[in-house]
Amino acid sequence: MIGFYTVMEAVIAFFLVAGGTFALIGSLGLARLQDFYMRLHGPSKTTTLGVGCSLIGSMIYFSLTNHTLSLQELLITIFLFVTAPVSAHMLAKCALHQKLPHHDRTQGHPEEFDEELEDPDTGTPSSTPAP
Amino acid sequence: MIRSRSWLPIPLLSVLLLIVWLLLQQSVAFGQWLLGGFLAIVIPIVIHPFWEPQPYLKRPFLLLRYYLRVLVDIVIANLQVSRIIVDPRRRPNPAFVVYPLELKEYFTITILASTITLTPGTVSAHLRLDGKSLLIHTLDVDDPDALIKEIHERYERPLKEIFEC
Amino acid sequence: MLDTALWISLILFVAAILLNVYRLAVGPSLPDRILALDTMYVNSIGLIVLFCIWLNSKTYFEAALLIAMLGFISTVAVSKYLLRGDIIE
Repeated sequence: MIGFYTVMEAVIAFFLVAGGTFALIGSLGLARLQDFYMRLHGPSKTTTLGVGCSLIGSMIYFSLTNHTLSLQELLITIFLFVTAPVSAHMLAKCALHQKLPHHDRTQGHPEEFDEELEDPDTGTPSSTPAP
Repeated sequence: MIRSRSWLPIPLLSVLLLIVWLLLQQSVAFGQWLLGGFLAIVIPIVIHPFWEPQPYLKRPFLLLRYYLRVLVDIVIANLQVSRIIVDPRRRPNPAFVVYPLELKEYFTITILASTITLTPGTVSAHLRLDGKSLLIHTLDVDDPDALIKEIHERYERPLKEIFEC
Repeated sequence: MLDTALWISLILFVAAILLNVYRLAVGPSLPDRILALDTMYVNSIGLIVLFCIWLNSKTYFEAALLIAMLGFISTVAVSKYLLRGDIIE
């Protein structure tokens, strides 16, 4: 039985450290990359997975210490994974609306930068749930 | 599948609400079932008038497979993005890509856009006014056409099979 | 082993939040700052979870859930405000 608990401890430790590392890398991307559109990638993917890893680690921990299945963390994880793309999409729309400059190496030039958008939102099904 | 009735307008939402309530309370006592069931019946009735009808789920098992695939892709995507962020010598090739949509329902487009944001190297940025194309920003891409093809094969076709055909 | 892992993870999360504060202070544009705030919310959820393991109690999970919801809603509301100049039309 001791072997089992040691292995589980290692698994929890792995998830916690992996979570912290991913969160740090996401924030590093936020601090280091050159333009806004590139910065968006770090937090929306990496930080979400980092916190998800920590939550899964804590789920295993509390399931083992309390001898009952602890599913509350799963709820938070799912919520984070559902909402992260939506807020990333809203922020990207925002940046396009404000015509933030993009890096010189960026290929492709969307027409959103040229034309004056009269009403960027009406009729578009954004990722937010319909009102 | 449970049919909707007048006192149970959106059955799947009711089931989801009950499950979430029980998970939040961390107990399966009789009182929690009662209160959760009450909320699961009353909330859908209240919000039914402004609830958009969702497309009918044709093949639930394919949806499960889709979820598993997306889960694996999220991990791969994170390793890729981490490598790009951490390696200081690497100069990424970002690009804006216009992705032509075949899906028509807003709900499935939302799922596709969220999937694109969470999976390798891409953030969906803007849905065009006509709702027929998606503007995607990619962090590191060499060949935009190959990317469009990959997204189509990997995500859009399964979604089309699950919801629309 | 768990204590060491907890310490390492705490240090990493705090460093992440410091980087977010840097971007929040420097960020050349408004969306940059909103993005930094949003990331800070997510990172603080991670901190709360680690704190829960530290104390061996689940009392603070409700707080984590509330921060997740409020962070998401405030991010969307501020983005909406930047897009339209109005939150509820």
